[in-house]
Amino acid sequence: MSLIETLARMEAVAAGRARPRCTVRHRHLSESPLVLVPLTTAGEAGAPLGALVGTDREKPALLAVPQPRNRDLRFAFLAELAETVLPYVDGFADAVEWEERKETDPETGKKVPVQVELCADAPQLIVPSAAGVEYVRLLGRSMRFRRTAEQEPEAAHPAPPHVPLLGRWLTHFGERARVPGAGLLLPMTGLLARHWATGQSVLEDQHLGALLAWIDPPPGRSGQEAAEFAESARDADGQLRCPPAGPATDPAFDNRLLAPAMARYDAGLTGAEEELRALIEGQLRPTWDAVWRGLDLLRALPEGARVADRWKRDRWSYTAHRDRVRAGEPPQPRRDDAVTAAQKLSARETAQAQLDAQEALDDPLVMAGRRLAGEAFAGTVTAVEMAMSEGKRPMPRPLVTLRTADRPLLSGGAKLYRPLADGRTQPAEFVAYAPGEPDVLVVRLTGGMGRSRTPEPGSVPEPADTVCWTLFEHAPRGGPELPDPEDTPWTHGGPPSATTDAPHETADPVTAEDFL
Amino acid sequence: MTALQDPPPTAGAGARDADPSVAAAAATDAILRDTLHGTRRGVVVDSPPGAGKSTLVVRAARELAAAGRPLMIVAQTNAQVDDLVLRLAEKDPELPVGRLHSSEPGAFDPALAELPAVRTSAKIADLAGLDVVVSTAAKWAYTKVEEPWRHAIVDEAYQMRSDALLSVAGLFERALFVGDPGQLDPFSVVGAEQWAGLTYDPSASAVSTLLAHNPDLPQHRLPVSWRLPASAAPLVSAAFYPYTPFRSGTGPGERRLAFGVPGDGSGVDRVLDEAAESGWGLLELPARRTPRTDPEAVRAVALVVRRLLDRGGAASGEHAPEPTPLTAARIAVGTAHRDQAAAVRAALAELGVSDVTVDTANRLQGREFDVTVVLHPLSGRPDATAFHLETGRLCVLASRHRHACIVVCRAGVADLLDEHPSTEPVSLGVTVKFPDGWEANHAVLAHLQEHRVAWRP
Repeated sequence: MSLIETLARMEAVAAGRARPRCTVRHRHLSESPLVLVPLTTAGEAGAPLGALVGTDREKPALLAVPQPRNRDLRFAFLAELAETVLPYVDGFADAVEWEERKETDPETGKKVPVQVELCADAPQLIVPSAAGVEYVRLLGRSMRFRRTAEQEPEAAHPAPPHVPLLGRWLTHFGERARVPGAGLLLPMTGLLARHWATGQSVLEDQHLGALLAWIDPPPGRSGQEAAEFAESARDADGQLRCPPAGPATDPAFDNRLLAPAMARYDAGLTGAEEELRALIEGQLRPTWDAVWRGLDLLRALPEGARVADRWKRDRWSYTAHRDRVRAGEPPQPRRDDAVTAAQKLSARETAQAQLDAQEALDDPLVMAGRRLAGEAFAGTVTAVEMAMSEGKRPMPRPLVTLRTADRPLLSGGAKLYRPLADGRTQPAEFVAYAPGEPDVLVVRLTGGMGRSRTPEPGSVPEPADTVCWTLFEHAPRGGPELPDPEDTPWTHGGPPSATTDAPHETADPVTAEDFL
Repeated sequence: MTALQDPPPTAGAGARDADPSVAAAAATDAILRDTLHGTRRGVVVDSPPGAGKSTLVVRAARELAAAGRPLMIVAQTNAQVDDLVLRLAEKDPELPVGRLHSSEPGAFDPALAELPAVRTSAKIADLAGLDVVVSTAAKWAYTKVEEPWRHAIVDEAYQMRSDALLSVAGLFERALFVGDPGQLDPFSVVGAEQWAGLTYDPSASAVSTLLAHNPDLPQHRLPVSWRLPASAAPLVSAAFYPYTPFRSGTGPGERRLAFGVPGDGSGVDRVLDEAAESGWGLLELPARRTPRTDPEAVRAVALVVRRLLDRGGAASGEHAPEPTPLTAARIAVGTAHRDQAAAVRAALAELGVSDVTVDTANRLQGREFDVTVVLHPLSGRPDATAFHLETGRLCVLASRHRHACIVVCRAGVADLLDEHPSTEPVSLGVTVKFPDGWEANHAVLAHLQEHRVAWRP
C-alpha cells in the first residue's frame, strides 16, 4: 500500500468516514450500464441460483433457478440470461464511426492506411464485486463450448440457442476485465475502492455493504458502526440484514430458508416456485440497490480528462470481438497459446503503465501520491538559463532551476517528463542539486521546444511558474513484436498445432457427472 | 564420446575432497564439450553466486569464435552487456566484437569506444560478419535478421522472463543458457495467475519454460563459488541451494579482514569485529514496528559504513596476500526497497561518506564487493509479505561479499516469521521451488543469531 493510501486510511479511521483518494473519476461510466447481480448455489460449482439483471434500476429482470441441480432448469436460466444480455450487447454493434488505421498489406508487406469501423459506444457490465467478475468468467467458460441442437442434432442435451454466443461474450468481458483501466466489465467494490479509502482493510473492502457504509454512512452513525452492521447484523430469525453481494450466499439463508423451500418445490407443492423466487429476489435486491447507489456516488465525480481515451480502447476491443463473432470464428480457446499469452501479458503491462501515468496526470491527488513516493516532484521555478546543445545544429537546451519540498528518487541524468498546455509531453533530464541546497535542483529541457533555435513560446517555464515533473513516462510504449503462433520457437514447444491434441472448437467432453 | 572420457561426477564424495579448481575445471570442460560438440539445441548451466559464470561465458564465446562459429550473446541489462564486452576484450583484444545498442544517447559504456576490435552500433547490419555480437534481450527483441545465428549464449537466463525468450529465440538455432537459479525471479506488475501451470507461462523464468519443453537438455552446474568466503558458502549453499550444494574456492582463514584502529566498545564496533572474525555480523536493534525507512535502522547502517572506513579496514586473500585497504568502492549497502536505499544514501551523505554503492537487491544482482551491509528486508515490519519473503531477495543480499556481511535488523523477526507462514496459493502444474522464502529466512536468521550484537542507538 502506498504511503498516501495508508495516510488516507488512517484519516478515515479518525474521521469515521471514508476519505477521497481521487478528485476525479478514473473510469468511464456508461449512460446505460447493464447491472448483473448473480447468485450461485453453494456446493455446486457453476450452478447459478439466480440473478437480477437489467439497465433500469426500478425494473430489474429476476432470473431464478428453483432447483439448480436440474440441468434443464439451469439451461433455461442461461437461455433467459442470454435473451436479456445479448440484445443489450448487440445494441451497440451497428452505430459505428470510421477510423483510419495502419494495416500491413498482404501483397506488398507495407503498412498502408485503411478505413475501419469503430463502434461509437460499447456495452458496460457492472457486477457487485471481484467475485462477480470471476463468476462472469466461469459462466463464459461453461457456456462457450456448448453445442446447440442446430450445431449437433444428435447430442443428448443440446444447449438452447444463443447460450454459446453469450458464453463467448462473457468470456470476452472477463478477459478484458484483466486489462488495467478497462471498462467493459467492472466490479462495484473495485470502482469504489479506487476512489475512496476506508478505515478498514483491503480485504474488508470486498464487502459492498461495508464499503458503502464507510463512504456514505447513514446519518448519526460512524462508518465503522455502519460497516459492522452491514457485515454482521442479523434479524430475529438469524438472517443477515444486509445479504452478501454474492455470488456466494449466506449459509444461514441456505440452511434455514432455501433448503426447505427447495424441498417443497421438489415435492411439487403449489406456490413453491413463487416462494423460491421471492426468497432469491429478497437476497438479490439489497445488492442491486447498493450497486446503483454506488453508481450515483461515482457519477457525482467529474470524469478524468484521459478516461475517454481509455474507453476508446474498450470500444476497439468490443468492435474487434463483434467482428470475430460476425466472421464466424470459433470460440476463444480453452488455453492461450504461448504467443497469445505473451501478447496479453505485454499489452496488460503497457496498459498498467499508461493507466498509472494517466491517472496521475488527470488528478492532483493521485500525483501527490506519486510525489510522496519520490516518482514526481513539483515546485516553483526560480531561474531559467538559456543554453544550447553541442553539435552541428545547436538546439535550445535551457536549464531550469526549481525549488521543491518534494524528495524525488533522482540520480544524475535521470529522464523527466512534464505535460505541456497543448497536451504534448516535454522531455527533460535531471542535472544536479544546487550546491548546499538539497531542495533546489536544476533540470535541463531536452525537447518539446520546436525545431528552431529559439524555443516556441510557452514551451519553457518562466521564473515563478509552478511546474511538476514526473520520473515516469506519460505514454509508455508497448513491448516488441512477437513471432506468429506458427513460428513459435523450439524453446516454447514449437507451433501450437503440434502440441494441442484437440482443435479448439470441440465441445467439452461429457462426463458422468453431467448426467447426475 | 565414450563413458571413459567423461569427467568424474562433480557432486560425488570424491570430487568434494578434491582441489576446488580441479572440480571447477572438470565442470567447465563438460559444459564446453556439450556446447561445442553436443547434438542438443540447448545446454543449461546453473551457477551459484560468484562461481565464475562470466568467466565461463567469455571462455565459451571465445572457443566458439575460435572454432569459426559466430555467435550472439543475450544479456539482461546494459550494464551486463558492457561488462561482458569489456571482459571479452580484456581476454582477447583482437576478437571482433559487436555491441548492439539502443539509439538513445549514452546507451553504452563510453569505455567501449576505446577498444580497437569492438564496434558499436544501433543497427545490426553494421555488425554483420563480426565473431561475437552482444546486446540486451530487449534490444534483440526488436532485431530482425535474414538468417538466424547458429549459436547463442543467454546470460542471466533465470532472470529473463519466458516472454522475453519467446521474442528472441527465433534469432538462434541453439544456445547455452547460463544463470543463477537462486537469485530473484522475474516478475510482472500485472497479474499472470491465469497462465500459472502452463509450460510457457509468460511470467515464469526463461529456463523453466525451456526445460518444460525440452526436459532432456544437458544440465550442468558450477560447483565452486570463488567469491564467497569459507564462512559464507556453507550457509548460502544450505539455505538457498539445498539440493545443489556448492563450496567456496578458498578455505577457512585464507581471506582475512582486519582493522588498523581498535574498536571503541560500541555496538557498531563490536559487530565490525565480529564480522571481521567470523564473516558475519548481526547488529540487532530493539524490537519496534517502523515505517519502511526506519530512521534508527538507516542511521545504524550508515554508522556501520562510516566506522568500516574510519577504522582503516584492510582485506587480504588468495589474490593479494598483502592487506589492501578497504575503500568505499569495495563496500556496498543492500536494501529491499528503493526508498530505503535513498534514505541510506542521504544518511551516508550526512556522515560525509560518498562512493559507497547503495542499492536494492534487484540492482545488486551480479555484483561483488569485499564487505556488504544489509538492511534486513523484514526489519521492523508488521507483516511478512511474499515480496519480503522472496528467497532470491535474501539470497542476493547475503551473497555479494568476498569477506564479510553485516546485517542490521530489528529484533523479533523470528516471531514475525512464525506469525506469517507462507500462504501463497498453490497452482497445479507449477514446480514448487525449494527452499521457500520462509524456510530460507529462518535458516539465515538462525546462523546470524550466533554473531549477534544487540545495540540500542
